[in-house]
Amino acid sequence: MFACLHGPGNLAALAFEFSPVVERTAPDTVTLDASGLDRLFGFPQDIAAAIARRAAETGVKANLALASNPDTAICAARGFPGVGIVPYGDEAKFLGPLPVASLAPSLELLETLERWGIRRLRDLAALPPLGIAERLGPEGLRLRELARGEARRKLVPLEDPPRFEDGIDLDYPVDLLEPLAFLLARLLNGLCTRLAARALAANELRLRLTLENRAAHECTLRLPVAALDPKTFLKLLQLDLAAHPPAAPVVHVWMGMNPVKPRSAQSGLFVPAAPEPVKLELTLARIKAIVGEEHAGSPELLDTHRPDAFRMSRVLQRQPSDTARLRRVGRLTIGPQVSNLPHLGFRIFRPPLPARVALASGRPGFIAAEGIRGKVLELAGPWRTSGDWWTSDPWSRDEWDIALSDGAIYRVYCEPRGWFVEGSYD
Amino acid sequence: MSGAAGLKKQFESVLGGALEWQARPAPELVRSGVPEVDLATGGLPRGCLTEIFGAASSGRTSLLVAILAEAAAREEVCALVDAEDAFDPASTAAAGVRLDRLLWVRCRHNAEHALKAADLLVQGGGFGLVAMDFGDTPPAAARRISLTSWFRLRRAVEHTPTVLLAVARQSNAKTCASLMLECAREGTEWAGESPAPPAGQEACPTLLRGIRVHIARRKPGRAVAASFLCGALE
Repeated sequence: MFACLHGPGNLAALAFEFSPVVERTAPDTVTLDASGLDRLFGFPQDIAAAIARRAAETGVKANLALASNPDTAICAARGFPGVGIVPYGDEAKFLGPLPVASLAPSLELLETLERWGIRRLRDLAALPPLGIAERLGPEGLRLRELARGEARRKLVPLEDPPRFEDGIDLDYPVDLLEPLAFLLARLLNGLCTRLAARALAANELRLRLTLENRAAHECTLRLPVAALDPKTFLKLLQLDLAAHPPAAPVVHVWMGMNPVKPRSAQSGLFVPAAPEPVKLELTLARIKAIVGEEHAGSPELLDTHRPDAFRMSRVLQRQPSDTARLRRVGRLTIGPQVSNLPHLGFRIFRPPLPARVALASGRPGFIAAEGIRGKVLELAGPWRTSGDWWTSDPWSRDEWDIALSDGAIYRVYCEPRGWFVEGSYD
Repeated sequence: MSGAAGLKKQFESVLGGALEWQARPAPELVRSGVPEVDLATGGLPRGCLTEIFGAASSGRTSLLVAILAEAAAREEVCALVDAEDAFDPASTAAAGVRLDRLLWVRCRHNAEHALKAADLLVQGGGFGLVAMDFGDTPPAAARRISLTSWFRLRRAVEHTPTVLLAVARQSNAKTCASLMLECAREGTEWAGESPAPPAGQEACPTLLRGIRVHIARRKPGRAVAASFLCGALE
């Protein structure tokens, strides 16, 4: 038995609620295989009532017809409003009152039938097959079969968009991460197997934990490359949950994965080895669990003259050339192209150390700060810089490079708040 | 003669001479980015721990930055485990280090975290250089790092193409380090003069031009020294 829905609205979603075999016959027509629904609902009129009820609940206004073959159901749904059930064996009689145009024949064939005075399906069904074959050819025979409700064919099933989601309702609340990891592993193994069966991988993993206090704990893991290793996903989830544990025992676990095509890359023979992306992600997650979320990554310089202006970004993410940026903002005075000398390294004190400075002839003569104390032996400066005066957070300072009697060379600066030691040359 | 010894002798006779069974292949050496250092040491060994130590402003960080820049020129991915959060991205980028290929781990004055992070990075593999910077760690705290931790790191980096580097005020790894370089500052160079010093004041330089660094190889073999000049950016 087949059912056909004809009308506006999301017919496919409605059809998938009743059958896995659904054909999108036309943009406004959907046909589904309803065989087997009698075991669930009973007689055809009960099946029709169940579908109509669900359509009303979902706000779909469509004609519904049930018949023994798909084409009869389609003709009936298109031809009769409301709900129709075509009795088995009486298809021709049921479809008889419909106009021939409802079968959508070619214009030429429709004109011919019109000239012959054949306007209803019952007239077409009564014509002899041999005469139709001689005069109208295969298309005429096909129309006659449709008019008699005798056309037999298989549905062209619509692919249900695959969803890689799964969930578990727990019998009792879980408040420890270790037993929760077993549940996560079960879900991950199932989802990864389903992904692998379709030659897919995942680049995003979403976990939603429903807690005993009805709150939800969500976490989303985004990988730089698609992966399909449940152990990696499990370890990343464990690290994330250890860093951000749920606030209450867990009663329901839901997991979803974003399917993408797996990464395919051929590395060159002479290309230097780089960390394998998924492994690097795992290593980074482990390191972040030790040093903190914001303390591992690649530094990215900001486009400003403000000292020590940078932000942390994801490692191995291509950034604009930092040397080019430094040149643009004018900070680089002796660059690699100008000098082949190794560059003098600088070590920053974060935060800068407040210092007490004794001036001699307007220049620093003695400096004392936390862990630093000494007489200034040599110095260079002042190097005056300022910026962001057009914003609410301006800065200006006079920098001095000083060689101190403790043997080190420091950069100190004076700003309206006082003197600070910024770092040491090394 | 035991069976094993007999087999060994038979094997050596087939190969045409006695074999040094305990000998390890010499590690591959890579350039440090400072020709004077390469001449003195031959380069930095892969799969080994190299230790650079010296007092503050002795040029340790300059050598580290040069090594990072050289690794960047080889298109390698590097990691810097910064125990004291003292890394300066701006001056390092200006020295030619590609920051997007540098993983910076900021351990915020925790040497133990730095060791754990370095261990994870070495175990993870794929890095051309893993550098641990204990340059500002107080000597007492650095000495508290057990020799076992250094041995663990040395074992982890063995048979990998990674150069493992430790920068500190004094030597901590002792026998675990395959190459030890001691840095000392030989002199400081200043440049420029303030255009118009106030009345009664002497003119003073306006720029730190650079420092001259003396490098001494303490291990392996007898001491070999070299010196080079590091130029300042500003």
